Amino acid sequence: MSSLSKLRVRLRVNGEEHEMLVPVEKTLLEVLREDMGLTGTKHGCELGECGACAVLVDGKPVLSCLALPVELEGHEIMTVEGLAAAGRMHPLQEAFADLGAAQCGYCTPGFLLAAKSLLEQSSDPTRDEIKDALAGNLCRCTGYIKIYEAVELAARRMRSGSETAPEQAVLYGR
Amino acid sequence: MRKPYFLLKTPPTTPEPAEKLAPWAETTVVGKPLPRVDAYERVSGSAVYALDLFLPDMLYAAILRCPHAHAIVKKVDTAAATKMPGVRAVLTDSDTEARIPWYFTEKGPTSRLFDPHCRYEGEEIAAVAAETPHQAADALRAIVVEYEELPFVVDLDSALKPGAPLIHEGGNQVEGTLVYERGDIAKGFADAEAIVERTFRTSCEIHTPMEVHGSVAKWDGNRLTVWDTTQGVFQVQQSLADALRLPLSNVRVIGQYMGGGFGSKLEISKHTVIAAILARKTARPVKLFISREESFLCVGNRPANTMSLKAGVRKDGTLTAMHLINRGAVGAYPGWAGVGSQVADLYTCAHVRVEETCGHINAGQERAFRAPGFPQCSWALEQVMDELAAAIGLDPVEFRLTSIPVVSQRQGGKPYTSTGLRQCLVEGARAFGWDAARGGHRRNGPWLRGAGVAACQWGWPGGPPSTVIVRYFADGSVSLNMGASDIGTGTKTIMAMVVAEELGVALDRIQIEHADTGTTQYATPSGGSKTVPSDSPAVRAAAVAVKRKLLAMGAEQLEAAEDEVVLKAGEILVAGSPDKKVRLAELEGLMNQQVVIGVGHREQNPLDKVTKPFGAQFAEVEVNERTGEVRILRLLGAHDSGRVMNRLTYQNQVFGGMTMGIGFGMTERRVLDRQTGKMVNSNWHDYKIPTAMDVPADLTCVPIDVPDNEFNSTGTKGLGEPATIPTAAAIANAVYAATGIRVTDAPINPTQLASLLADQRKRG
Repeated sequence: MSSLSKLRVRLRVNGEEHEMLVPVEKTLLEVLREDMGLTGTKHGCELGECGACAVLVDGKPVLSCLALPVELEGHEIMTVEGLAAAGRMHPLQEAFADLGAAQCGYCTPGFLLAAKSLLEQSSDPTRDEIKDALAGNLCRCTGYIKIYEAVELAARRMRSGSETAPEQAVLYGR
Repeated sequence: MRKPYFLLKTPPTTPEPAEKLAPWAETTVVGKPLPRVDAYERVSGSAVYALDLFLPDMLYAAILRCPHAHAIVKKVDTAAATKMPGVRAVLTDSDTEARIPWYFTEKGPTSRLFDPHCRYEGEEIAAVAAETPHQAADALRAIVVEYEELPFVVDLDSALKPGAPLIHEGGNQVEGTLVYERGDIAKGFADAEAIVERTFRTSCEIHTPMEVHGSVAKWDGNRLTVWDTTQGVFQVQQSLADALRLPLSNVRVIGQYMGGGFGSKLEISKHTVIAAILARKTARPVKLFISREESFLCVGNRPANTMSLKAGVRKDGTLTAMHLINRGAVGAYPGWAGVGSQVADLYTCAHVRVEETCGHINAGQERAFRAPGFPQCSWALEQVMDELAAAIGLDPVEFRLTSIPVVSQRQGGKPYTSTGLRQCLVEGARAFGWDAARGGHRRNGPWLRGAGVAACQWGWPGGPPSTVIVRYFADGSVSLNMGASDIGTGTKTIMAMVVAEELGVALDRIQIEHADTGTTQYATPSGGSKTVPSDSPAVRAAAVAVKRKLLAMGAEQLEAAEDEVVLKAGEILVAGSPDKKVRLAELEGLMNQQVVIGVGHREQNPLDKVTKPFGAQFAEVEVNERTGEVRILRLLGAHDSGRVMNRLTYQNQVFGGMTMGIGFGMTERRVLDRQTGKMVNSNWHDYKIPTAMDVPADLTCVPIDVPDNEFNSTGTKGLGEPATIPTAAAIANAVYAATGIRVTDAPINPTQLASLLADQRKRG
């Protein structure tokens, strides 16, 4: 492809405006990883099957391997790098870390963002709602249970506004 | 090319530690459910996996693969591709530097990097390095290949028939038939009061870790650095050094974060060598990652097996004889698809015969896949055990309890260092509520409910070699230097906990250097469920070596004998003299040196005993008698992995293993089209791994926390692989309990089960 087929796009990612020239055929996944250095968004299949590349667009999960940057001008994009705020991890990140919901960690960014979207719609989701919201994300390590539990723990902590981590006995009781 | 360590006849060793460490009496860190030491990196997106590496001036490479199941490459025309925009190098079999032998048997290589004889769909034909990934992909399309298509065979039964298309000159059978025999099965069957005989089939399963396979290669003069998605950096270093004829010291392989392997990243793949050659040819760093579809074809699989198992039993539960005939397809290149170990070793049985025949088909080579051979064997053995129990009117748990060996019958009758199989069955059954789950026939509309059990043993205990270095710095912080990879299992966390246990250092004061051949010491690949039992004793030995040196310094400073001083809470104390003590921060010897270094090695395994991990799993399912749909309601895993080092990582392994077992038992199957020889489901849409919707809400585990102190100094055995061995069989036994249908072919899947239910209705 020659440079003639590059497009000027303006993307808002994690609250920052970026203006760049990108080849038209590049997906959002490629632009995030290769042009913006945001490698927390993972390449799993590039076929829209696994959810490893999920990012949030206006708060909703989108598979970045199937999205073209030019479609996303004027929208708010969030990647895993945008989850932490004011030097503090998002409660979902803390809960995933506390409970061992990230094993190899490769699917984790996609799960975190899909879960964030869920918790923004429902502060106290049922297990079935969590499963439904995360059904598009594949994980080959965990068996998903720790991920559900982490989402539930994060929701509890967010509802109670608790800044401190609960006692270990509460976390790892069984 | 060297054989991987696990195929060597005599396992390698490291020097025997000078001191035999007594087992920990009580622990303050080990055994706690502590979060991963690298959890932040894994949840923040900051962990750099090999695919995340972008080096200055880096090129992107891609591989052209044979689209046919079996073909001869007559001609490769790269003229147009070479002239494409951005293309910097094209590599084919006509480049002498690419003439590297590959796929070895005892007799030598069977193929080479770009072999013109393509024996499966996906075989490497050429590679391109270009300025962008898209330019590399475009250039591949511009390469013109002339193929002579050959007849192919993609199922083993056909491949072993006379007149089948030959995949290798010597025929399609792999090195004859392996026979294991003890006792006299004819006598054993004559003694039996009930005999069960049945043929079982399992499907070919693909690893599909979330991270695809790939490498980034960079040369500095004659020194090569490769960032690789590998379970074992030293394995890749050796293979690269052999392939490129380099000294080991010139090859640095780094594999610090990797996104799962399950065996598919246990050995080097061709793409790593191709990346290195392209990087040398272009004098630029090269990144080469295969696509998800390629990963279904050419980086390994769990072979499909056909297993005929006949077993006899007396009414008191004594197993009198077992006879297994197994056939397995290893793919187009050397490999092994044996399964027989558990038949010969899991239960007490005097008369056993196992015959295993492996053969080639036109498909990708098998590779170790989470407990290679064992889930297949369980699928047959544990279903037959279920039938035998029914035949003599014993409860399946009770029946298994009658046949628990305390010696390894397969390994010369040597006793086990520990066997927790009885606890796994008893404590698992209690926690599961086995008796209640088995009681009565339960129906809810079209849904039939049943419960099943399956037990297991895993074959590799781990052992030497392992060399670990612990450095204790003047401010009391520590560097742990070990070669082992953390493939997502929590290796780094466990090892840091061992250091913390011995030296009383907080986990966040321990820095870990690992999985880098340039800066860490030789370790075997992380596979075989042996990383913790192999490397944690070496870590302990290294930490103890540091402690001994600190104590010697303290003794000197306090003018006490070395055997009088102890290390406690950052201080060296003299026993019986409360005022004689020195804080480590004030230790003169340490202040002078600024660092104390301890080297630890893994001790030998006991010579006169055998070590195996054991487990038992319980499943409760509901089957829809109209549609064949199976709902897995509950799964429980009770595993004996010796000492439980960390309850959280224990849960991780058992839950993850059982979930992979659900995939093996319920949905996962490579489908090769008999008309074309091509895989028709080389993607996650058509090849179904378990999703969030497929895992029961009630997934639990029962740690059988019994340290195996005879085996090694941390009392640990393996867990990652055993956790996936019996799951599918436990589910199949539960399906039988619900429906009375014995599903012999894995995966169960609703299509098959609906048809079996229809047959059952027809029979009345």
